[in-house]
Amino acid sequence: MKWILMMAWRDSRKNKTRLALFISSIVLGIAALVAINSFGDNLSKDINNQSKELIGADLVVESRDVLENGPADSLASAISTEASTTSMIFFPKNEDSRIMQVRALSGDFPYYGDFETDPVTASRTFRDGTKKALVDELTMIQYELEPGDSVRVGGVFFKIEGKLISTPGQTGIAGLALPSMFIPEKYLEETNLVQFGSRVEYKNYYKIDDQKVLDKWVEDNRDTLRSQRIRLETVESSQERTGRNFEALGEFLSLIAFIALLLGCVGVASSVHVYVKEKLATVAILRCLGVSAKEAFLIYLVQILTMGLLGSILGAALGSLIQFALPSLFQDFLPVEVSVSLSWSAIAQGIITGVLVAFLFAMLPLLKIRNTSPMYTLRSSDESTAFIKDPLRWLVFAGIVLFVWGFTYQQLGEVVPAIFFTLFLGVSFSLLFGVARLTMWSVRKFLPISWNYLSRQALANLYRPNNQTVILIATIGLGTAMISTLFFIQSLLVGQLEIKGENDQPNLLIFDIQPAQLADVTDIVQSEGLPIMQSVPIVTVDVKKVNGMTKEEIEASDSTDLGTGAFRREYRVTYRDSLISSETLLSGKLRPVTSPTDSIFVSLDSDFAMRNNMPIGTEMTFDVQGREFTAYVGSTRRVDFLKSAQTNFLILFPSGVLESAPQFHVIITRSETDREAAQVQRKVVRTYPNISIINLGTIISTLKNILDKITFVIQFMALFSILTGILVLIGSLIISKYQRMRESILLRTLGGSRNQITTINVLEYFFLGSLASLSGIILSLIATWLLGKFTFEMQFTPALLPVLYLYLIITSITVILGMLNGRGVLNRPPLEVLRSE
Amino acid sequence: MSNILEVSQLTKTYQSGSHSLTVLDHVNFSIAEGATFAIVGPSGSGKTTLLGLAAGLDKASSGSVKINGIALENLNEDERAALRNQYVGFIFQNFQLLPTLTALENVMVPMELRKEKNIKERALTLLEKVGLKDRSHHYPTQLSGGEQQRVSIARAFANAPKILFADEPTGNLDEETGKIVEDLIFDLNKESGTTLVLVTHDLELAARTQRIVRIKGGKIISDTAQEEAKV
Repeated sequence: MKWILMMAWRDSRKNKTRLALFISSIVLGIAALVAINSFGDNLSKDINNQSKELIGADLVVESRDVLENGPADSLASAISTEASTTSMIFFPKNEDSRIMQVRALSGDFPYYGDFETDPVTASRTFRDGTKKALVDELTMIQYELEPGDSVRVGGVFFKIEGKLISTPGQTGIAGLALPSMFIPEKYLEETNLVQFGSRVEYKNYYKIDDQKVLDKWVEDNRDTLRSQRIRLETVESSQERTGRNFEALGEFLSLIAFIALLLGCVGVASSVHVYVKEKLATVAILRCLGVSAKEAFLIYLVQILTMGLLGSILGAALGSLIQFALPSLFQDFLPVEVSVSLSWSAIAQGIITGVLVAFLFAMLPLLKIRNTSPMYTLRSSDESTAFIKDPLRWLVFAGIVLFVWGFTYQQLGEVVPAIFFTLFLGVSFSLLFGVARLTMWSVRKFLPISWNYLSRQALANLYRPNNQTVILIATIGLGTAMISTLFFIQSLLVGQLEIKGENDQPNLLIFDIQPAQLADVTDIVQSEGLPIMQSVPIVTVDVKKVNGMTKEEIEASDSTDLGTGAFRREYRVTYRDSLISSETLLSGKLRPVTSPTDSIFVSLDSDFAMRNNMPIGTEMTFDVQGREFTAYVGSTRRVDFLKSAQTNFLILFPSGVLESAPQFHVIITRSETDREAAQVQRKVVRTYPNISIINLGTIISTLKNILDKITFVIQFMALFSILTGILVLIGSLIISKYQRMRESILLRTLGGSRNQITTINVLEYFFLGSLASLSGIILSLIATWLLGKFTFEMQFTPALLPVLYLYLIITSITVILGMLNGRGVLNRPPLEVLRSE
Repeated sequence: MSNILEVSQLTKTYQSGSHSLTVLDHVNFSIAEGATFAIVGPSGSGKTTLLGLAAGLDKASSGSVKINGIALENLNEDERAALRNQYVGFIFQNFQLLPTLTALENVMVPMELRKEKNIKERALTLLEKVGLKDRSHHYPTQLSGGEQQRVSIARAFANAPKILFADEPTGNLDEETGKIVEDLIFDLNKESGTTLVLVTHDLELAARTQRIVRIKGGKIISDTAQEEAKV
């Protein structure tokens, strides 16, 4: 073994550049993995350390109904209560208003951690009994508000006591969608915000000193309370939920990092392939001198593993440094403050993964060494065992597939998605491999002999010995596919948002309109010249029975295949006898009620009906404000919930049933300009403070803002893939330089001019870059179309211009790098180059 | 004197699709220990194939090769490698030095494989014998063709082989350098009593051996002793 180590060292001295090439391939992938995993480890540590601050109490009880006689009151040493609702908030300073979450609070919540406010004391002083409020910091900046200014909530004016920077357990991104403000709970009633139809959430925060008592109480009461639609949140459950939330993001980012690593693996395989090819002569000499096949193989395996280890250590070090940047990158998504420290487990995992991938992917070409005949010294024909016949290579292939699946499974924790991911990668590689082989075959078969020599030579280089066609198309193609898929998905989502803002589509939603206010609000909207595009009555109903059985009866019955999902929530429904543009009838028909004795037929959203196993004819018993009545499923509709600003419903009633039930209204209209929208908003809110208005333009810009933040995180991770792709590309080109060097020199010796050789090289790289980028783009178009159809349920229409740009950029990079790479050969005398080799 | 190399009914056939090409056809000869022996013939006559098979670098389609009484056809590739390390030395037309090792390290390798002692000193002595002691730390690319071949001769003698196979050892060298290398091979061969098997189409070089085998179309067409060969 000592001799093998010594030979490995001796042999590596003159091959540092080539070995370094494959180190560089895996460094960034490992760095990305270590950074994400280190950050994940630190995050879970911090979630554990700050678990109580996540919810600010020992127990939170939540319900949509008033929590009279708080269920856990007897256990608590302190109780706070909160009622929160969504409402338009009016800012008299600039006569503007926006929709916010109003949280009316009593008591000393939070018991652990605190609200972060400016000034710091505002978190306590806003509860001194007077009309004071804490208002979301970003909203204050946006509306140029200062502490001391006033806001009107419903019918009551509050003085802004301070800026609300953060609350326990809330992420920055949540605040972007719906900013919060706090007011003392005792003024809620006076604001008049809580009316019929208002969505109000009630929370009781408990400080409970005896953990054991709390645990037992939760265990005893959770199920009973759940059936009353009362939810419990403990420190433990909040910790789990927060951990789970980040886990999903972490898993996704790890997969992106893993793809960077896999791209690096392709680089490893490609550089080792060429390295081994160059080493076959040396191996043959060693075999002549009496070195066994195993010893020769081990010499190079030691080199590769050492380089893999070095690359992994370098990657782990880089990753540990990069993780310092991650807390600020993720700060909007995190409910806790994340500390940065070295995660030895992430570092160890990164190094082990790096060495393992270096081993697996280098094994494919390395195995060839075992079959190298010493006759190679006398005759340089390749007599190694045919690839397809070598069982060990298939074993290595199996190892690679198992590793990819295993790693994905470890990240996702689910078997089937891990299989799909592995399959997707396998299919992508196979397709790219197929494209490369097909290209080589076609060029060989159909090489146009009428072309001039330079073009023919460049084309012929695609299939001649030492060609890089397969390896470059695989690496550049896969890199392009990944990067462009990310890009296409992003534009698909942004495009979807823009469609919603298009001409003639509604963009202003006015809701929480009480029946008595409807006529007046309609007048205000119309007097501003805006059309009433829809005026939708909304009634809240409960499902009491399905096919005559209550939830408990269904649960107890073995003979029914009905689910209990339909009982989980209350429903906001409407009534009409026709479909709107977002609905398509799938089965049955809408059946109007023509006389009071008619049966009532409701229409269900098709997914909802399927999920709950409620086909046409299913009997449903509804409860509207204590009055029960029976209806039947008369039809199912496909509802496009994403399509434009419409009110969409899981359950649609016919007219003539719910008209006299307590209800509120939504008016949908369209304003041509922001000024028009603001004008209507001001008029409505001034007259009816309980009414809320959503301007779709604001929502779109908020969503875009959120999407931008998510995109930035994804792009940051994709950067590793892009850089790895470029490194692998540079590696492949440098390798191909060595392969093509003798040929270029021979051409030079035969009198080929610098221009002629450059033209051949440029054309060859142009063909390669074009083929690779086009293959990658086509792959990504297919992937995006599939993702759009099955995951996002959106129609993907690729924009041609970005596709063209992508093609041009990637092909240009390949050609430019190829040209830079070939410069050394052209600038030096032929003999000097040959001797240095 | 016993035979160090015995070749009997040696045949090598290459299969290419449905076609088969016989490059060696039932070749027989044996070489006594310490003898010098040349295989001559035109290009494509099968002499390199014969050398490869006789030295155990390749497997015959049929027939037998024995080195020092050991039948190569019964050995696997690793056992043949071990046998080469123990009994065989090589000199190649294109030198075949390990490009990443210095001259000294190239000479040391066969001894290292045998786990011998005082390797460095002995390697330096061998390099001194070929006149390259002062170039011992140079890499092959830093040496001329003649110098590279002298290093390869030093390496060939490093494991004190019983039989030395030389494939066109002067084929890549100019006349003057070729003469120096030639003398070196024969001198060291005489000094160490090694059997020399030389493959060449240089009849003058072949004439320096005790016996010449002429080969054509994969068959031995003559097998002559030294005096006759010189004529």
